[in-house]
Amino acid sequence: MEAINILEERKKSIFEKGKENHELSCDKVSLAGSVSQRACVFCGSRVVLYPIADAIHLVHGPIGCAAYTWDIRGALSSGPELHRLSFSTDLSETDIIYGGEKKLEAALDELIDEYKPKAAFVYSTCIVGIIGDDVESVCKKVSQKKGIPVIPVHSEGFKGTKKDGYKAACHALFKLTDREPAQGISKCSINILGEFNIGGEAWIIKDYYKRIGVEVVSVMTGDGRVDEIGRSHGAALNVVQCSGSMTYLAKLMEEKYGIPYIRVSYFGIEDMSAALYDVAAFFKDNLKIMDKTKTLVREEINKIYPALLEMRKDLTGKKAALYVGGTFKAFSLIKALRHLGMDVVLVGTQTGSPEDYKLLKELCDEGTIILDDANPLELSKYIIEKGADLFIGGVKERPIAYKLGLGFCDHNHERKIPLAGYSGMLNFAKEVYDTVMSPVWKLTPRMEKNGR
Amino acid sequence: MAVDIKKYSVTRNACKLCTPLGAALAFSGIENSVPLLHGSQGCSTYIRRYMISHFKEPVDIASTNFSEETAIFGGGLNLKRALDNIITQYKPGMIGVATTCLSETIGDDVPMILRDYKAGKKLEDLPAIVHVSTPSYRGTHADGFHNAVRAIVDTLLPVSEDSRYTGEDTTGSSKLVNIFPEMVSPEDMRYMKEIISSFGLKGIMLPDYSERLEGALWFEFKRIQEGGTKLSDIRKMPSASGSLEFGRILAKGESAGRVLKERFNVPLYNLGLPIGVNETDRFISALNEITGVETPDAIKKERDRLIDSYVDGHKYVSQARAIVYGEEDLVAGIVSFLTEIGIKPVLCASGAKSGLLESVLKDINPDFDKSNALIMSGADFVEIEEIAGRLKPDIIIGHSKGYSVARKLNIPIVRVGFPIHDRFGGSRILHLGYRGAQQLFDRIVNTIMENRQEASDVGWSYI
Ligand code: SF4
Ligand code: SF4
Repeated sequence: MEAINILEERKKSIFEKGKENHELSCDKVSLAGSVSQRACVFCGSRVVLYPIADAIHLVHGPIGCAAYTWDIRGALSSGPELHRLSFSTDLSETDIIYGGEKKLEAALDELIDEYKPKAAFVYSTCIVGIIGDDVESVCKKVSQKKGIPVIPVHSEGFKGTKKDGYKAACHALFKLTDREPAQGISKCSINILGEFNIGGEAWIIKDYYKRIGVEVVSVMTGDGRVDEIGRSHGAALNVVQCSGSMTYLAKLMEEKYGIPYIRVSYFGIEDMSAALYDVAAFFKDNLKIMDKTKTLVREEINKIYPALLEMRKDLTGKKAALYVGGTFKAFSLIKALRHLGMDVVLVGTQTGSPEDYKLLKELCDEGTIILDDANPLELSKYIIEKGADLFIGGVKERPIAYKLGLGFCDHNHERKIPLAGYSGMLNFAKEVYDTVMSPVWKLTPRMEKNGR
Repeated sequence: MAVDIKKYSVTRNACKLCTPLGAALAFSGIENSVPLLHGSQGCSTYIRRYMISHFKEPVDIASTNFSEETAIFGGGLNLKRALDNIITQYKPGMIGVATTCLSETIGDDVPMILRDYKAGKKLEDLPAIVHVSTPSYRGTHADGFHNAVRAIVDTLLPVSEDSRYTGEDTTGSSKLVNIFPEMVSPEDMRYMKEIISSFGLKGIMLPDYSERLEGALWFEFKRIQEGGTKLSDIRKMPSASGSLEFGRILAKGESAGRVLKERFNVPLYNLGLPIGVNETDRFISALNEITGVETPDAIKKERDRLIDSYVDGHKYVSQARAIVYGEEDLVAGIVSFLTEIGIKPVLCASGAKSGLLESVLKDINPDFDKSNALIMSGADFVEIEEIAGRLKPDIIIGHSKGYSVARKLNIPIVRVGFPIHDRFGGSRILHLGYRGAQQLFDRIVNTIMENRQEASDVGWSYI
């Protein structure tokens, strides 16, 4: 096989456990000329805010940024669905020359009159940062005129990475808190942060908490509503999933409202159970909660375990490669895959921090490849070298996996199937099983060559 | 007829994409090429994702990855670094540089940067570098596509080489013909090539992503997928006996075919997208004219079968009311086809606004005025939905993004064009030629039939 050169600058972002020992270089912008799997600041903000279904999301900029994000995520709503519409100021050449403020104001007026949203988010994209529109003051003006919060989100694509987009989104969310009275909220209450209701996951998780006797004040932002977020300051605890995106908001809320937070993950049996136990332990004065948690965990595991064991028989020894957004998700997936008897041979993330990568190194087996912000060349190189049977990633990685003749499981925001919670673990196992065990691989060139 | 509807400042559910997408797609149709977007990373990542969801193939589009400093001090350094990095990693034959809104707005002078870049290098070490200016606030993805195709011809075939081309056939026995196929599917491209070679011609298709964006599985990793127009073939284009260029709207402006005509006197055949019998007949007679050869039997028979089926199926579609949307040239082609089978296009919409759609539709069909069809330029899907609600069509024809309209109004949709995101096999939809018309006709008849069958109380099992 033709050797694949790894660019000098990229070598520091790749690590093989047991072989090398440098600090993983991460958290910086991608190299010019690379085909990165990363998106932009705007993308980060969109991911976080978009599931708020009774707000309008107006993308201020030329058409592409809005067109490519129209309804791309499977974040469900139980009511209004304004988030599924794609609004853009669709700036034209004259707007670029004379400024887009007037068009922005007109667009907001029209949308608010037509759709009567509870709030409006205005996302600044790259060129807005260049042409110098005063988005802030347009938002203020429209907000006063229309009597709803109109919140600028500073998400110019080039001003940082996706992480900065998360941060901008957290700022926007923070502005919506403490806008509604917080009376009548139970002492045992939480906000769920960083759960986006992909395929209805937030509903599954909310139901668990309800069953153990914990009130969920708001979910940020899955099936989100502006008024619920307005009461979120009344909750006793913030439970943060997808720490990469929402820890920042949790910290802001801790500072201002004194709400402590814990980090959890809802993927896989252990992490899901820990997410419930940790909350129960927090409300330790209420013993009933812990009792109910124990019962729930037992019941739910019993429901799925036999089926998992059955699949494990065939999956044992198969090899998986992961490429996901955040490291926390990577941790959960590694554990979940071990439950299925599978070995993880490659882990990559888009936005890990140095601490995250340290933890990741500890969790992984010898020989596992760890990558930050990998490109398709690098991903393929290691997939082949390690002989993976399964690739877990986003839509952009799917064709590479398929071309190389290995199974694929979508673990990103675009999937339609809930993978969180216990029932989600079963769905995940089925997804993995269906792809890895398909007979089509036998016909692929790689398998034919290897005589498998 | 123009549409009477309240015009909004805001675009809601756009019926167009941004220019660099078209350019990246066109560049992907050149052998061993890497498209590079000059701007920040999000654009190229989003565009890749969008194309991957349609083609279900790896799509590599590099980015010069602007940071804040780049936006302030200019993108020259990033562009040069990007070229260096792509050359080491991919060893490409061509790099297609398309600008984005960002690099255009800060005013990067890309031609100058490229000249500067080349000045510091040995020319034989460099791949061909083609630049196209594609700010998205000017035009749509269709413009990006055409401009990139033209830029390839313009850059690779400079005027100074004029003398080398005599217009004579240099390939021995078979005559050369250039074909600029528009933004069509890989299946369309394969079929066009088949037709051309059945006339005994050697066709040079630009671009040709029929293999690269619908290829086989791999034995091992491929930096760049196989297939695409060969650079060496592009260099032969000036000696072709003719250029066939699809797109009646395109014909009104600057185009690759026109460059070849003006520079090298290659006869230019401006044709509509050959959708349906009438437009395909024009395409075939252009081939007759170029070759002096009769239409091969196999093609004639395809045409015969098609017309036979038109007769068999005409009643099911006669007077049916259709909404058509998409790129202007595709809309024109589909409308031409619908008109010949008796379907009434009641709304013809595009997100683009060349201002030419109406006149082109009239060129195709002199009776167009009498049909009272509405024509909408700069349309978005919320507007289309509003008008569709009033028009009560029987069928919607266009790409996947119209599904939300179809669902809301409970009207069946026949998917054509790009993108096909909610169905399998978008690359294999055949639109062009008699065979493409056959498939479209069958699909449309069956869709209308299925709808009636479902709605029927008895659920008949014969037609
Ligand atoms: S900035 Fe321009 S080029 Fe980039 S995605 Fe938006 S519209 Fe397209
Ligand atoms: S223009 Fe900027 S904000 Fe929009 S997609 Fe591109 S990088 Fe992201």
